[in-house]
Amino acid sequence: MLQDTTTSRMKPAIALEGISKTFPGVRALSEVSLALYPGSVTALVGENGAGKSTLVKILTGIYQPDEGSIRVDGAETHFPTANAAAKAGVTAIHQETVLFDELSVAENIFLGHAPRTRLGLIDWRRMNADARALLARVGADLDPSIRLRDLGIASKHLVAIARALSIDARVVIMDEPTAALSHKEIHELYELVDRLKADGKAILFISHKFDEIFRIADRYTVFRDGRMVGEGLISETTQDDLVRLMVGRDVGQVFPKQDVAIGEPVLTVSGYRHPTEFEDIHFELRRGEILGFYGLVGAGRSEFMQSLIGITKPSAGAIKLHGEIKVIRSPAEAIAAGIVYVPEERGRQGAIIGLPIFQNVTLPSLSRTSRAGFLRMAEEFALARDYTSRLDLRAASLDQDVGTLSGGNQQKVVIAKWLATRPKVIILDEPTKGIDIGSKAAVHAFMSELAASGLSVIMVSSEIPEIMGMADRVIVMREGRIAGRFERAELTAEKLVRAAAGIEEAA
Amino acid sequence: MKVLLKNREMLLVVAIALLVALIALRFPPFVTPRNLANVYNDTSILIILALGQMAVILTRCIDLSMAANLALSGMVAAMLNAAMPGLPIPLIILVAMALGAVLGAINGLLVWKLDIPPIVVTLGTLTIYRGLIFLLSGGAWINAHQMSDAFKALPRTAFLGFPLLSWLSLVIIALMVVVMRLTPPGRAFFAVGGNPHAAVYTGIDVGRTRFLAYCLSGTLAGLSGYLWVSRYAVAYVDIAAGFELDIIAACVIGGVSIAGGIGSVGGAVLGALFLGVIKNALPVVNISPFAQMAISGTVIIIAVAVNARAEKRKGRVILRKAEAAHG
Repeated sequence: MLQDTTTSRMKPAIALEGISKTFPGVRALSEVSLALYPGSVTALVGENGAGKSTLVKILTGIYQPDEGSIRVDGAETHFPTANAAAKAGVTAIHQETVLFDELSVAENIFLGHAPRTRLGLIDWRRMNADARALLARVGADLDPSIRLRDLGIASKHLVAIARALSIDARVVIMDEPTAALSHKEIHELYELVDRLKADGKAILFISHKFDEIFRIADRYTVFRDGRMVGEGLISETTQDDLVRLMVGRDVGQVFPKQDVAIGEPVLTVSGYRHPTEFEDIHFELRRGEILGFYGLVGAGRSEFMQSLIGITKPSAGAIKLHGEIKVIRSPAEAIAAGIVYVPEERGRQGAIIGLPIFQNVTLPSLSRTSRAGFLRMAEEFALARDYTSRLDLRAASLDQDVGTLSGGNQQKVVIAKWLATRPKVIILDEPTKGIDIGSKAAVHAFMSELAASGLSVIMVSSEIPEIMGMADRVIVMREGRIAGRFERAELTAEKLVRAAAGIEEAA
Repeated sequence: MKVLLKNREMLLVVAIALLVALIALRFPPFVTPRNLANVYNDTSILIILALGQMAVILTRCIDLSMAANLALSGMVAAMLNAAMPGLPIPLIILVAMALGAVLGAINGLLVWKLDIPPIVVTLGTLTIYRGLIFLLSGGAWINAHQMSDAFKALPRTAFLGFPLLSWLSLVIIALMVVVMRLTPPGRAFFAVGGNPHAAVYTGIDVGRTRFLAYCLSGTLAGLSGYLWVSRYAVAYVDIAAGFELDIIAACVIGGVSIAGGIGSVGGAVLGALFLGVIKNALPVVNISPFAQMAISGTVIIIAVAVNARAEKRKGRVILRKAEAAHG
């Protein structure tokens, strides 16, 4: 934090001035300015779609700006290619690292600029030795010769950072680097950022998590709708100020959980266990209830949910639905029984491009829209029309390819698809991960409506505000076991964190 | 016009019409109704096979063993007929189809249960099925004089002025339209190829769906086996060698995406017809067989390029006002 006061007097390592970028029909950035200072961490915040990714792509030479200038050490320059940006010392570490799984750690670090022997061949001995030295600098104890695919995400980040150091990067862009990391790994990353800072690197840190922005950033820049709407020193701002700048309004009711009368038990799970992933899971879910599942990444929540719908097989355990024992061996049986799971990975869970809207909606409900093994298009249309209109889907025709819809409308199609199965229990895995605050509120309002309409909701979430705001009850999982159960009234952030991290209650 | 060109099938119809018109300029008799009907009849087997291949490709798989399956089923049909000339032809056809289905099911099981990449599985079974023909026949040919007249006559028997082979392919086209549009497995082919991960969560068994697609392609290959040996009145190890590439080419020209999830019965049929017109027309306008191969290859690449452009994703809509305008 010492550098804070000095940045204003320092010359920026890289400065963007008046950058605009227009795509056909879309102005992604307008007259944006950004300066990154050596030895300083600048947090870039903004809702999804604010233009952060476009900016990163301009900084790394993937896109060229339509207007504006880039200055490196005060001298105006252009990055016509990604290579030019890399040569100027700009490097980016992405959310999902863009590295090569089948190559060794050393090859990943030196790809494109490997040390050569006199004959022009790759000098493997020197490459491995140099890689080892670079990994030591980022505090990673890794064997440079192992294949990247054998590493966890955190280690891959370290490799990416070692790569950045290998090309003598002076500007390091980190695009949501902690999104997929566990608690401990995040802290190791913070230490690494501190080390890079001490090394005099200029760091651009993109994140949705305010706690980490306030933990590691010195400066902030806020984007909204393709414009820069505020910047300054972190020490002179507050979380509320940043949120206001991001959304351009006061965030009133982010978590509009309605009070719903909780009814009779719908789902009873007892003695669920799996040889390697989880054990002793038992709980009751009641009508109209939102049950939160909190835990650190890798605590076994998704794994348990997948076994509940028959994707993986538990080694023991029983499910009762409305008091009746159910055996679920496949997702099809789960859907038939009234349990649906909306998985976390949105790209994968997403709509099936190539099928028209109505066919996307009816896909899990085909047994209901067919007679004697034949599909009835009229019934399919009726079902799809019913649920898409409830969600206010904007589309010219239900017969159009779902790929022609905007992202938000595609998401509505996916939700309509699940509701059309008339579920009793809906499991939402990280329903708002990586989406902007405005869309989050819409998802939360919708969850509330679901509960109010008599559904039982299981919400898996790693975000404490979301858990605290939305859940009637919370189960905390840690290392595959239930580590705590809390009623809404007694819920505090501290209790959740302690249970998830396994910290004993202070006496 | 824009709408017309956007529709893949219409584009193909226009391309085929242009091609036929070009040929007619140099060789007018080509466009007589009688000759066009002959061209269709000549392409019937390719159409049937392309429809089976389409189902497999839709699920993000491929069946390289279709031609070998055809040859093996055809050989078994011919040997049955040669050994027992009295056996009713419909029964022989059923045996050929059943055998084809079993051969397809083997592909499907290997892909489903052992999780082996489809290209590897069917490359392996292609060789195995060809090898089996040699083992069965001892490398000998079954010639026209060993086959019963009824066996050879069925595909060419005229019905309402057209050979039964043509009628049969029309029936298969109609059945495939029904399967693809009106049955849950048909829908599942598209879903599994379009987004296999999402398909799992919607309760579709991806492996089983692929298995069904292979059974379908195998059955159609088995049927084609009988049609081929009876039409050409000969069965030996190498019949239809290399034909698997024509089948896949027909699908690709017809707009079936090799990445899965996109395709239509109409497209596959038109793709097969396009190849059929080239094969039948180029000899009559004195273009050498080697130039024919080059032309077919060029057409395939153009078709893939056109489809790739059509499938290209639009950019992401980032600004709010743009999204609102987008609807």
